[in-house]
Amino acid sequence: MASKVIHAIYTDDDILMQAVKQVRSEHYHIDEVYTPFPVHGLDKAMGLADTRIAITSFLYGLVGLTVATVMMNYIMIQDWPQDIGGKPSFSYIENMPAFVPIMFEMTVFFAAHLMVITFYMRSKLWPFKKAENPDVRTTDDHFLMVVDTGNHDIEKLSKFLHDTGALEISLIENEEDH
Amino acid sequence: MYTLPNKLKLFAIIFMVVGALGILTGFLTTPGSTAEVKEMMASHGDGHGETHSVAAVDTDESHAVNAEHNGGHDENAADSEEEHLKHTLHQMQNRPWSALYIAAFFFFMIALGTLAFYAIQWASQAGWSPVLYRVMEAITAYLVPGGIIMFVLLALSGFHINHLFVWADPDVVAHDKLLQGKAGWLNGTAVLIRAAIFLGGWMLYRHFAVKFSRKSDETTDNKWFKKSFKISAGFLVFFIYTESIMSWDWLMSFDPHWFSTLFGWYVFAGMMVCAFTVIAMITIYLKSKGYLEFVNNSHIHDMGKWMFAFSIFWTYLWFSQFMLIWYANIPEEVTYFVTRIEDFKLPFFGMLAMNFVFPVLLLMNSDYKRVNWFVILTGIVILAGHYIDVYLMVTPGTVGTSWYIGIPEIGSLLFFFGLFVFVVFSALTKAPLLVKNNPFVKESKNYHY
Repeated sequence: MASKVIHAIYTDDDILMQAVKQVRSEHYHIDEVYTPFPVHGLDKAMGLADTRIAITSFLYGLVGLTVATVMMNYIMIQDWPQDIGGKPSFSYIENMPAFVPIMFEMTVFFAAHLMVITFYMRSKLWPFKKAENPDVRTTDDHFLMVVDTGNHDIEKLSKFLHDTGALEISLIENEEDH
Repeated sequence: MYTLPNKLKLFAIIFMVVGALGILTGFLTTPGSTAEVKEMMASHGDGHGETHSVAAVDTDESHAVNAEHNGGHDENAADSEEEHLKHTLHQMQNRPWSALYIAAFFFFMIALGTLAFYAIQWASQAGWSPVLYRVMEAITAYLVPGGIIMFVLLALSGFHINHLFVWADPDVVAHDKLLQGKAGWLNGTAVLIRAAIFLGGWMLYRHFAVKFSRKSDETTDNKWFKKSFKISAGFLVFFIYTESIMSWDWLMSFDPHWFSTLFGWYVFAGMMVCAFTVIAMITIYLKSKGYLEFVNNSHIHDMGKWMFAFSIFWTYLWFSQFMLIWYANIPEEVTYFVTRIEDFKLPFFGMLAMNFVFPVLLLMNSDYKRVNWFVILTGIVILAGHYIDVYLMVTPGTVGTSWYIGIPEIGSLLFFFGLFVFVVFSALTKAPLLVKNNPFVKESKNYHY
């Protein structure tokens, strides 16, 4: 079923924030907001759930720490415990200070890179990805709010959006379903 | 305005009295002669005797380090027993002094760290912290009595009233080439002159910073603000030199054969963690009593971040110092850690858990840093951990294997805690709890993160 959405364009982030609050208080559904830069507090105004990427990063860090520990324990202690410059290689703990720089770096490496990759995957970003930009001006100085018409009266909704400070309001027929 | 509740006053005085009794007990129960030491050792029974002989073998290293105590004696079988008793006697006699010194320094460094943080806030024109300035000013009030106590303790040790610093003992220096070489720097007069300069400079800054901040309340222009900014920037330059030298004189010289380049930074990091923790704790306490309605949980969150970040910074420096020395294993450097690991294993590694693992895991979550009881709980562990840190900088060089955390240590801690609470909360009553006419105070009141 083709759904209809309204694209409302704003030119000021403060007015946009106000509009988002008003639209939500009238219980209209905001599909998406396109902005040229991060608008502080917009996620809260839209009622978006907090990101959990920091938690994934922490877990990736633990993975990195484990990889480093297991790797060096196997190589330096289990597989071939040589005497290198008098360093004690009888057990992992005895030689641990020498391994700490690697354990630290691996933790940071895993935490950082895997978190970035997680971010790309969750945001569906990759090279040659087709840009999903409804209006080129939103990368420069315009803000675009996509409001789902649903079963609402389109006339009334447009009027309401106009009152919130929207400069342009256009009705878009969505071809692909989602 | 804050009024000192009578309950709190009584609380502080009880701590001081109990602590003073503990300190007194510590001095009174110290053995006066080797015969008493022998008796004490015998009365401990067989079990102790056994562990003691093991300990004696273990501590050969520390004996070698402390051999100058006995004027570099040959370890003849005949007088080794008497030598050992004499050595133990010195250690036991040092214990109450050492306990006093550690606790005095611990609370002094909280005030000093707060002063440095306060200066940084002015010099960096921080927009979030002006609502906490009066709390910081009150904590730095302890700098004056605490500094005087430190000076007196240093004077007593520096002129060999007690045996805390081996370099202060002319007999020891006479038999020790290394100490003779350092005598130009490490002698009672020089240490005291330097201490007077450091303390004088810090107190001077503290005096004027507080004065300007109070004056600023009465004016409408930024004249006093600009003055505060200038003296804070100047003080920070003075501070980083003097803090570094202070750490060599007051802490590193307990092991005068040993030296470390990053020691000053290491002491600095520890003192800053304690300062942040105490600022956060006192802020939370005052807020819970309804005195700081302009402080919100974003301010607490920021203090939590400082505690978290500087705990890691402290660990970074601790590990850098430890790992470099462990890795190269040069005998004259490594004895420092050998004695600590062999004789102080539990406190040495325990403090690492308290000062690193605990704050890292508890304060990593952004939401937890806003939860007051979480910050308080972590703060208590951090403060205890850094007390042990100071303890481990002092005790191995003074008390050595005869260490124990008992009445003298806890008594000193209680006494200085009582004094600290009394001084800080009395100072809080001297001025309104919110600065006025600071150009950043409005931003700070609306601060939100």
